[in-house]
Amino acid sequence: MRKRRRHAPLLTEQTQQLTFTRRALVVGGLQGAVGLLLAGRMAYIAIAENERSQLQAEENRVHLRLIPPRRGWIVDRNGLPIAQNRSNFRIDLLPDRVDDEDQLLAQLQPLLDLTPDDIERVKTELARAGSQPVQVKELPGDRYDQYAAVVLRQQEMPGVSPLRGFSRQYPEGAAVGHLIGYVGTPNREEFLAANRNPLFVTPGFKIGKEGLEKTMEATLEGRPGAARVEMTARGRIVRELDSLDDTPGQQVRTTIDIGLQSYAARRLGDESGACVVIDCRSGDILCLASMPAYDPNAFADGISRNEWAFLAEDQRKPLLNKALNGLYPPGSTFKPTVAMALLRAGVDPNERVFCGGGYSLGNRTFRCLGRHGPMNMHQAIARSCNTYFYSMGRRVGIDALAPVCREMGFGTRFDLPVVSQHYGTVPDAGWKVRRFDQQWGQADTLNTSIGQGYVSVNPLQLAISSARIASGRDLQPRLLLTDAPPGPALPYSDEAFAAVRGGMWEVVNGAGTAVRSRLPFRDIQMAGKTGTAQVRRITGTQRGQSGEWRFRDHGLFIFFAPTDNPIYAGAVVIEHGLGGARAAAPVAKDVMTYLFDKELAMQALLPLEQSWGGNIAERTARRAEAWAAGRAAATQNGG
Amino acid sequence: MALPLVPRAIANQPWLPMIVSSILAGLGFLTLYSAAGGKLTPWALPHGMRFGVFFVLALALSYVRPGWWKETVVYAYLGVMLLLVVVLGMGVVGGGARSWLDFGPIRLQPSELIKPVLVIALATFYTHMPPSNIRTFGALWPAGLMISIPVGVILLQPDLGTSMLLTLSGITTMFLAGLPLMWFIGGALFVGLAIPAIFPFLMQHQQERIMILLDPSQDPLGSGYHITQSKIAIGSGGITGQGYLNGTQSHLQFLPEQHTDFIFSALAEEWGLVGGLFLLVCLGLLLWWGMRVAMRAKGRYEKLLAGGLTSIIFFYASINLMMVMGLAPVVGIPLPLVSWGGSAMMTVMICLGLLMGIERQNWRDAQR
Repeated sequence: MRKRRRHAPLLTEQTQQLTFTRRALVVGGLQGAVGLLLAGRMAYIAIAENERSQLQAEENRVHLRLIPPRRGWIVDRNGLPIAQNRSNFRIDLLPDRVDDEDQLLAQLQPLLDLTPDDIERVKTELARAGSQPVQVKELPGDRYDQYAAVVLRQQEMPGVSPLRGFSRQYPEGAAVGHLIGYVGTPNREEFLAANRNPLFVTPGFKIGKEGLEKTMEATLEGRPGAARVEMTARGRIVRELDSLDDTPGQQVRTTIDIGLQSYAARRLGDESGACVVIDCRSGDILCLASMPAYDPNAFADGISRNEWAFLAEDQRKPLLNKALNGLYPPGSTFKPTVAMALLRAGVDPNERVFCGGGYSLGNRTFRCLGRHGPMNMHQAIARSCNTYFYSMGRRVGIDALAPVCREMGFGTRFDLPVVSQHYGTVPDAGWKVRRFDQQWGQADTLNTSIGQGYVSVNPLQLAISSARIASGRDLQPRLLLTDAPPGPALPYSDEAFAAVRGGMWEVVNGAGTAVRSRLPFRDIQMAGKTGTAQVRRITGTQRGQSGEWRFRDHGLFIFFAPTDNPIYAGAVVIEHGLGGARAAAPVAKDVMTYLFDKELAMQALLPLEQSWGGNIAERTARRAEAWAAGRAAATQNGG
Repeated sequence: MALPLVPRAIANQPWLPMIVSSILAGLGFLTLYSAAGGKLTPWALPHGMRFGVFFVLALALSYVRPGWWKETVVYAYLGVMLLLVVVLGMGVVGGGARSWLDFGPIRLQPSELIKPVLVIALATFYTHMPPSNIRTFGALWPAGLMISIPVGVILLQPDLGTSMLLTLSGITTMFLAGLPLMWFIGGALFVGLAIPAIFPFLMQHQQERIMILLDPSQDPLGSGYHITQSKIAIGSGGITGQGYLNGTQSHLQFLPEQHTDFIFSALAEEWGLVGGLFLLVCLGLLLWWGMRVAMRAKGRYEKLLAGGLTSIIFFYASINLMMVMGLAPVVGIPLPLVSWGGSAMMTVMICLGLLMGIERQNWRDAQR
């Protein structure tokens, strides 16, 4: 208290005035100092950081956007489209700019009619996408309304990128599935394999994933265009600054006759099998059908896990190209080839072998399907007599058989633009030692002579064997249309060919195994050979003609027509079809009919399709529905 | 100083604040016009019209004798405090804080009104206090209470920027009132030591903002985004700017809040260092004029009031500018008169109105 009293007189209004002035000067000075600090700071940013900031602002503003090249078309031999482009709209998500994917997808769901399957697929893809765009949906060109609805709301949905572009379309759908393959967004491995080519992460860019789309990628791909665009912070494009047009990919012209391909696929129906037709004047593959098949259009906008499971779990294997990768014992369809080998080894086609219903080797009896009596080569082919081939095959030996079988196309991998082909086995002594470390036995020769045992072939090889016998030339199959000359003539006499071709003629048109599949023309005849191949060893009375589907015999048929001047040759394989005459030959008959009279062939097909319950797409949809229902029931029971 | 040819009624107007505030609002108008992509709506035109209204209001306020505020400040203070409490209960949330009262066409932030009212209250308090008491504890605690009650309520909204601004202008008024210097030095030391101590108790987003200020590159796409983009905008402007209507940072929305808190960056991008310094000079002129009014005032009340009001304008501008240049955390304080938004403009124009009122009082005193 004392202290304050002593100071008290000093604190007058006068001194307070002075204090205020002093302190006001301090405050003003401090304010000025802050002002100078701010001016200095601003000068520093504007001058020292000017260059870097301008660069950063430019980086913010300008984005280089690649324009995916339009993919080349794949057309058939007449120029009809097999794979084409369709203008479309697509909605992508840019993972970097998405805040809340659940909310975003909930907003998009009503706009795009997303199914739970779609949403699940987008979520899994987002989880592993890194910074690559994820496609939400591809809208066909006539759904401008949905596209516009998304564009309008783009401001409220950061990370959504609507684009106009092109999508791949396959007018024939599943009929060309295995042949053409499909396209899809490149995955991470493909991106890395392409040296991180930025095109691979551009929304809308697709590469071939299977079939011709994959093997002809370099031709089909084209070169991308580019555009420099000004973009807002939210990813909206304000304007295009300049652009360079894309160079569309080149067309790939195949040897396929798309009408025939489609007809064959439809004619195979619900069976699991393949149908190959070759022009035996040139080697052109006119038809390479394998059913059931996936619809490549379904892969265009991404396939969900359910769709994939449906395909992968089907015992008829819609993901397997049976024409190239299905391996089957050829059974009796091997006999014309074996006959060529016998002729090559000097067997007289008129020599007769007596068939008493089987052939004895030591104490084993190799059975024939009938008691054919005396048989020459012509008759043995027509009636499919095993005894003749056992006997003659044993006489010439495996070393005479195997090289000719290879000459006819078996065991061969052809030079074709396909992803893979399984070339099977033409067994001989050396092969058996290598494979099983066992000596070759006479029984092996007998089995090989009738196309059983170790022999395995694919349908394309069957068709080629038929085409080579029919044309007498070393034909090479072709998938791309070129002017290359057909192969050189095979070293056999006309008589030799006449014996085998004559036998095959009789199979269909005489006293043979496939007379019911004669062509419905007066002047055009088809020659052929049926085959029934065992899937497993015959045990007891079960002969593969009944019982569970997957243990039934395969039905095979090779053919060529017209007989007098062959133009077409081919093969049909029906998995577990019980018999060649029963399952495969009728398909070949209709397919050949199509080549000579389309209307007549259609008249045969339409009632069949009606009895099966609709066309391929309708039947597939129904099966998918049943599958999903069965799976739902299984989950319920299991849970 | 009146020129002989000019009528007294026109010569005796506080021309400097009238002109400078119009220039600042004009800069705001131009920048808002550009930020909207060369359109008068939605910002530029309402901004101009609003300024016109507040300009008239400020002129009207300048004719009220400063002494009148002294007599009514108790009611004003209690009234605004009531509004502040009401706003906590039934206010509208905007910008993350519950700070708005919605009266149909007019939306009001009571936390803006409290700023001039608090300064009037403090000036009144120290005017009534006998000079001999100024160095006692009795000079500190009532003023401290007057400041901390509204600050506490505003912190509950929560609005860190406004409470900081209110505290700083209150303390400046106390400093001008002549409280012992040691108290301020000690207080500053205490706060300096306390910030690291209370840091762990701050909310997470407040902690982040402080950390990011130290190193914006830590999080260029998150909270540091604002500061980084703002510096890019100022930096890319260089000395003469990108040219009017050519700023890409603002037009392509890389600059966040380009029409409110970060309007200075948008301006600097297009007008460069030249434009930015011009704006700084304008603000400096206004503050210089305010402090001069304070120094020339006769009465202690007028002096304290003028000094405190000037400090409000100063803290508005300096916190905002430090924020956009990366010297202060992003706290959401607009640039007075330039930024879009009526509340801050209203506060600053009320302050200018009161300051002009004090200048008229000074003229009357000088004539006596």
